[in-house]
Amino acid sequence: MRIDGKGLIDRTQSIPFVFDGVGYSGYSGDTLASALLANGVRLMGRSFKYHRPRGVLTAGSEEPNALVTVGAGAAQEPNVRATMQEIYPGLDAHSQNRWPSLNFDVMGINDLAAPFLGAGFYYKTFMWPKSFWEKLYEPVIRRAAGLGALSGQDNPDKYESAYAFCDLLIIGAGPAGLMAALVAGRAGADVILADENSRVGGRLLAESYEVDGKPGPVWVDEVLAELASMDNVRIMTRTTVAGAYDQGTFAALERVLHHTDRRPNGAPLETYWRIVAKRSVLAAGALERPVAFRNNDRPGIMTAGAVRAYLNRWGVRPGRNVTIFGNTDDIHRTARDLLDAGVHVAAVIDSRHDAPLSDDYEVLRGAQVCGTAGRKGLEAITVRRASGEDRIHTDCLAMTGGWNPSVHLTCHMNGRPTWRREIEAFVPTPDAVPGMITAGACNGSFSTFACLHEGISAAESSLSELGLKAPKVAVPEAEDTPYVISQLWAVPGKGRAWLDFQNDVTVKDVKQAATENFRSVEHVKRYTTQGMATDQGKNSNVAALAVLADATGRGIPETGTTTFRPPYAPIAIAALGAGAEGAGFKPQRFTTSHKATAARKAPMIEAGLWYRPSYFPKDGETTWRQSCDREVNMVRQTVGVCDVSTLGKIDIQGPDAGAFLDFVYTNMFSTLKVGRTRYGLMLREDGFVMDDGTTARLGETHYLMTTTTAAAGEVMKHLEFVHQGLRPDLDVSFTSVTEQWAQFAVAGPKSRELLNDLLDTPIDDESWPFMACGPISVLGVQGRLFRISFSGEHAYEIAVPARYGASLFDILTKKAEALGGGLYGMEALNVLRIEKGFITHSEIHGRTTAYDIGMGRMVSQKKDCIGKTMSERPGLEEPGRERLVGLKPIGESRELLAGAHLYKEEAEPVRTNDQGYVTSVCYSPTLETMLGVGFLADGPDRYGEVVKMVDHLRGVTTLCEVVNPVFFDPEGGRVRG
Amino acid sequence: MRITCPYCGERDRREFYYRGAAVDLDRPAPDADEAAWDDFVYQRENPAGPTRELWYHEGGCGAWIVVTRNTMTHEMIDVQLASEAQE
Amino acid sequence: MDKLVAKTPCDGLLPLTVGSVTLSEEEAVTIHSISPLKGKQKALSDVLKAAHGMACPSANRATGKAGARAVWFGPAHAMLIGPVPDVALMEHAVVVDQSDAWTVVRLEGAGVEDVLARVVPVDLRSSHFKRGHTARTPLFHMTASITRVGENAFQIMVFRSMAKTLVHDLRRAMEGVAARG
Repeated sequence: MRIDGKGLIDRTQSIPFVFDGVGYSGYSGDTLASALLANGVRLMGRSFKYHRPRGVLTAGSEEPNALVTVGAGAAQEPNVRATMQEIYPGLDAHSQNRWPSLNFDVMGINDLAAPFLGAGFYYKTFMWPKSFWEKLYEPVIRRAAGLGALSGQDNPDKYESAYAFCDLLIIGAGPAGLMAALVAGRAGADVILADENSRVGGRLLAESYEVDGKPGPVWVDEVLAELASMDNVRIMTRTTVAGAYDQGTFAALERVLHHTDRRPNGAPLETYWRIVAKRSVLAAGALERPVAFRNNDRPGIMTAGAVRAYLNRWGVRPGRNVTIFGNTDDIHRTARDLLDAGVHVAAVIDSRHDAPLSDDYEVLRGAQVCGTAGRKGLEAITVRRASGEDRIHTDCLAMTGGWNPSVHLTCHMNGRPTWRREIEAFVPTPDAVPGMITAGACNGSFSTFACLHEGISAAESSLSELGLKAPKVAVPEAEDTPYVISQLWAVPGKGRAWLDFQNDVTVKDVKQAATENFRSVEHVKRYTTQGMATDQGKNSNVAALAVLADATGRGIPETGTTTFRPPYAPIAIAALGAGAEGAGFKPQRFTTSHKATAARKAPMIEAGLWYRPSYFPKDGETTWRQSCDREVNMVRQTVGVCDVSTLGKIDIQGPDAGAFLDFVYTNMFSTLKVGRTRYGLMLREDGFVMDDGTTARLGETHYLMTTTTAAAGEVMKHLEFVHQGLRPDLDVSFTSVTEQWAQFAVAGPKSRELLNDLLDTPIDDESWPFMACGPISVLGVQGRLFRISFSGEHAYEIAVPARYGASLFDILTKKAEALGGGLYGMEALNVLRIEKGFITHSEIHGRTTAYDIGMGRMVSQKKDCIGKTMSERPGLEEPGRERLVGLKPIGESRELLAGAHLYKEEAEPVRTNDQGYVTSVCYSPTLETMLGVGFLADGPDRYGEVVKMVDHLRGVTTLCEVVNPVFFDPEGGRVRG
Repeated sequence: MRITCPYCGERDRREFYYRGAAVDLDRPAPDADEAAWDDFVYQRENPAGPTRELWYHEGGCGAWIVVTRNTMTHEMIDVQLASEAQE
Repeated sequence: MDKLVAKTPCDGLLPLTVGSVTLSEEEAVTIHSISPLKGKQKALSDVLKAAHGMACPSANRATGKAGARAVWFGPAHAMLIGPVPDVALMEHAVVVDQSDAWTVVRLEGAGVEDVLARVVPVDLRSSHFKRGHTARTPLFHMTASITRVGENAFQIMVFRSMAKTLVHDLRRAMEGVAARG
């Protein structure tokens, strides 16, 4: 069904492809839709709800019917518009929403049940019993209604995201966009010209117009050649600009490899572009509206513009015996194109009573199509005139109800389009998107001349705003036919007349919604599902609201439109999240000891972005508890080594460093001696604890702050805020040195013995007492040593420049093992700190004060600090507050659980009797019992009392004794020993 | 949305961390009354129109900035450094 | 006798060439963060010039040349890359050793701007970002410093611990660009 000599296809390149298992052949330049039509295939899909046989309606991305699945298996892509899918050798496409086959679809029974499946059917029918919805109704409905399916497997295709910048983004490369690009390009502006089609030209490829005395496509190629020769113009085809956002930001989806089965290593299937443009020109064209009449959805019924596109661009004869119906001169243009190509035109039905007549074909003036016949393809239409109804045999009906300018992007920033009566359509409201000028058909200017002209003037205005001089460019000669239209939305009559083909919404549904008193267009949309399918009602919304306006006795402008939101066309989630899957999800931070740790098969846990070892399993150990218990005992008895490089380290220097620290910490740091370290507590301004850690004074104006691993970024941000925002008068600067130093805790009675084996100058209690710090030389390398302890043991943290981290870790491990010790991980570290009652962010979780954690006295009364005033609010210090305690199981159950709540022993465990909760628990191999830390009302006043721990989720109840949270070595003799 | 960092120029807002109203800069004296502290820590306007906010150029140079923008039109009205914005 | 052995952040990860673009590690560089004390910006710049031959960089700029460069890092920081800082600098600035804190790589070759356009949300085309320009900006999800050091060459810095992610993210971008041909 090709017409010799017509079309922009390459007939020397035959391309084999497969649809529903049948092999066909098309030409280079074909879409799946054009190639199928050329092969005489009209039935391409089944409708969403009624499973009606459907063919292609349009020739563009607005296509509601011809949705197919491309490929099979893991990489299959559902809901691909056949009108956009270019064919390539080996293309394997499948129809959707049918079983067992497109020709015989069991669910076609739904069509017979149509009287019961109208608007609001789901809401009315599946009300009772309530429990049936989730288990029965919804699954059945979902199976019966629907489009394509995902494979359910990991998507093997790669997707990419990218950024682009330009002076002027031109959206759409039809006559208006091409002219705008030409003018802006010649002016030297940095231009991006984007078009969703595989080639530029827009309607000039689909019509038989001449421009500048040449055939449209020839003129397009000439302009394209000039644009391609300009370094300052970037042409992006197969790229849909899908969203307009604030300050000139646009989202665009480039379909990089959908037109081929080649998948070079690492090549993206699609690229999601974020384009930042100083100015933009929207030249997105217009979309043709179908007319609603009884059974207007049969395969073979297409928009008139699509018929011309298949004829002129792809050389496809759309039917043997074509009829044309509509309300604008487009029907005559269609008739002429068909006749010129030798296609028989059976009838031209013009709803206008004053329609022009023709010598070449009969025009049925003031007539309307009111019905069709042919189950799987159009066979005949019924035409109604004043004189009565006639049946006309036809296999293709080209229909037009006028054109809707593509205003979508102008509405993405809350803009509302304006109704223009003389073209019966919405047009963009000027300045709806700052910096955007609309041109051509999307502006409601439909003649080729007007498009070319507006393209030039849009470019001129943009250039002037960009401060560039526009070159003089004359408007090429082109047709300038006036657009004459009379209203025609829905042909009156019985039966179902389709508005939204994709979601199966009919005129009757909209009218019924109006009858049921739905008046807001937004409510009608949701009640009827009009415009809610993947095409977002591109060719049906305006007609639907015209029907609603009529049914509610209002005008179209008063009825208003629904809201157009991004994206303009569907975008795969994979494209939106491109690159962020797997290892790209978030940065991975590895310590210098990571390789050695992994070699010991230590399971890693994530701490923020860092990876830290949970424990180091030894041969014969089968549970984490065995490893953890061994590591805890090792630290208490000999020596353990643990990488603590992940803790935040912030170098704070300057004449005012001490004063600054006094302001951010509750306690004093300006009085700390050089060579000493102090524990510090930081509050938020509302008086609650933010973070804790030690800070060392390395010099008169030089401090080194440590933060918890997870809070390092937050604390840095906080310090910068306090400095820049509150105390810019202080001369102090911060540098994160977390990454500069590899730091290892060496803890246990033999820690000093181990270190003295490495240090170039041995240390003793006098030179390095508890909380001492300073520079050291380790194996000839300058490092730092801190005598601090998070385990309660005699312990140090030794730091070397990170390049030596891996090496020092290996040496420390070897030496520790020689002393009967070894490595310990996060689990053991946690047990060691719970045994000592040290807190972590499990305790300083954002809702506890210094008073609550037993550190009320650390809020210095001698100075102001962040959070001090609010921490002194009466409510934060009054009796009854939940405060930190230790918990030991004493009853039959020995199990403690973090998250469990605390009650008086005799009280019923209900919310109103709640007395507190457990934050951290562990099994202590040292004390051979479980231990817990938590918050209990007036806790420190209740040592010795028995409370009841209840975990409602796990059903565990344990009696506990309330004790001092420092379970082990409360005098602190070991840490100083 | 794009924010103009006084140092780095116009950048995508995803480079910035949002803190909240610029009220955070107006810290009362330690002995100010309860109402002043309550206003400072808790009370925030929710304006339909121009609003002053604190943003941090976390993905960039580390500057804290005060951004004035219109919540109705999304217009960026003014940007200044927090260190120079105290009233 | 035990001996501490130095390793670079990209140990075992680089070099890497995909298509026309090569990613390599700038090895064993000396890096110091330099933050001027209040009112000492000018004096610091003079000393820097006398001692190391380059002025303090203004915002978004790098001064010096290969082997001795000062890169703007933020309102309060510049990074002196190459020379060991002269002690005279300490009178006017806080100087902090950062030699081990950063992964420093060089991305070079035809199409390098296209590769970076996949991961950096800033316009790095030569018309806008010339030799001697630098930007603090994210590289995919990481905070980075990016400096043009040649017609087709950029210096990229991210935290040391993120070396593997840096190579992962750049490799992906390089493959995507190379595959387009």
